[in-house]
Amino acid sequence: MEHIELFFKAIFIDNMVFATFLGMCSYLAVSKKVATAVGLGAAVIFVLAVTVPLNWLLDQYILKEGALAWLGAEYAVFDLSFLSFIMFIATIATMVQLVEIVVEKFSPALYNSLGIFLPLIAVNCAILGGSLFMQSREIPSLGMALNYGISSGIGWFLAILAIAAIREKIRYSSVPAPLRGLGITFILTGLMAIGFMSFGGMLTGDDEGNKKEELEQAIQLEENNDVLDTTSEIESTALNQ
Amino acid sequence: MAEVAEQEKIVKAPKEPLFSKKNRKLITDPLTDNNPITIQVLGICSALAITAELKASIVMTISVLFVLGVGNVVISLMRNIIPSKIRIIVQLVVVATLVIIVDLVLKAFAYELSKTLSVFVGLIITNCIIMGRFEAFALANSPWKSFLDGIGNAAGYGAILIIVGFFRELLGSGTLLGFKMLGDPIDKTGLYALGYENNGFMLLSPMALIVVGLIIWVQRSRNLALIEEE
Repeated sequence: MEHIELFFKAIFIDNMVFATFLGMCSYLAVSKKVATAVGLGAAVIFVLAVTVPLNWLLDQYILKEGALAWLGAEYAVFDLSFLSFIMFIATIATMVQLVEIVVEKFSPALYNSLGIFLPLIAVNCAILGGSLFMQSREIPSLGMALNYGISSGIGWFLAILAIAAIREKIRYSSVPAPLRGLGITFILTGLMAIGFMSFGGMLTGDDEGNKKEELEQAIQLEENNDVLDTTSEIESTALNQ
Repeated sequence: MAEVAEQEKIVKAPKEPLFSKKNRKLITDPLTDNNPITIQVLGICSALAITAELKASIVMTISVLFVLGVGNVVISLMRNIIPSKIRIIVQLVVVATLVIIVDLVLKAFAYELSKTLSVFVGLIITNCIIMGRFEAFALANSPWKSFLDGIGNAAGYGAILIIVGFFRELLGSGTLLGFKMLGDPIDKTGLYALGYENNGFMLLSPMALIVVGLIIWVQRSRNLALIEEE
C-alpha cells in the first residue's frame, strides 16, 4: 500500500520539475520538440531507476551514522554522511558511463538520437536531487528506493512531455516578441506548476484513516495511564494504612 | 655583442593591468547582457526553489561566489595537466569538495538557514553554471581571468536570485530579511490598516518561475538584440 502511495506522491505531488524544480536546464533546452523530449525523459527514468537504489545501498551500509556496524561493533560510531555528495556523484557518473556503453552496444539508433544528452544526464540536477531527496526523506527499504527512483523519473518525463507538446503548439500563437522562446516557457511552467498543486489533495483520504487510528491509540494510552495511576494510589493508601 | 643586443630586442608583451577594460568586462557582462540565468539558461534549479526568503537568496549567492571563484582558479591552475578524457570527473571532484566545505560551514554557523536550503546546497554541485564556466572558460584561460569570470557569473546569478527573493518575500510576507516593512499584519498597522493583505501565493514555488519570466520580458524589451528568432 505504501508503495502505491509513494508512487503517486512522487509523480504528482512531489513532482521533480513542478514542486522542486530539478533538472530545469535540460528541461528548458530539450523541450522544443516532443520526439527529443520523449528520448531524454526515458533516459532520465532509466538512470534514476538505477542510481537511486544503488545510492540507497551506499547510504545504508557505508555513509549513515552507525552504518559501518557490519564491519565490527567498534566501527558503529562513525558518521560518514559528509561524504554523501562525492560518493553519490561518483556512482552517478559511473552508472551513466555504463549506461552509455550498454546503450551504444544494444541500440545504436537510440544512442545516436540521444547524442550529447546521455553524458549530460550525469550533471542533471534531477539525478543527484533524486538521490539526495531519497536520503533526506529517509526512504526505508531497497524496494521503496527503486519505487522512488522510477516514479520520480516518470514525474520528470511527464513534465517535459507536457511542456514540449505545449511549446510545439504555441509556435503559431502571437506571443509578445521579448517573451518568445524562453520567457513564455518560464511562465507556462509556472502555470503548470500551479495546476499540479491541485494534486495535493489526492492522498488525504488515507491520511484521515491514519489520523483516526492515531487518535484511538492515544485514547487507549490515556486510559492505561489512568488505570496505572489509580492502582498506584490504592497501593500507597493501603501501605500507609 | 650583436647577439646580446638582438636578445634584448625580443621584448615581452607588456603585462595586462589587473583591472583592465577587458578584465572589467568579464565581471560586468554576466550582470546584464550575458546573464547566466536569463541568457545562458544555466543554474535555474536552485535559483527558483529557495528564493522565498531574501536571506536564503543572499546566502546562496555567497556560496556560489565562493565555489565558482575558487573552483575556477583551481581548474585554471590545473588546466595543462588534466587529461581530456577524465576532465568531467576532475571537475566534479573539485566542485564536490568545495560544496562539502560550504555545507559544513553553513551547518556550523547558520544551522536554521542550512535546514531551509537543505538539499539545494548539495545541488550546487550540479549547478550548470559552475560546470559550464569550467568548460567554457577556466580550462582555457589564466587563473586571474578565470577568477574574475567566476566572480562575474556568480554575481549575475546572484542578481537574479536577489531580485526574485526581494519581490517574493516583500509581496508574500511583507517582510525583508525578517524585518516587517509594510506594518504589522496582526495588529493591522501601516499598509494593512488600509485593507492590504499579504499575497501568500508569492511564497509558493510556481510564482518564482513567473517572476523570472517577467524579468526576461523586461530584459529583452530593453535590449532588442536578445530577442529569439521565430
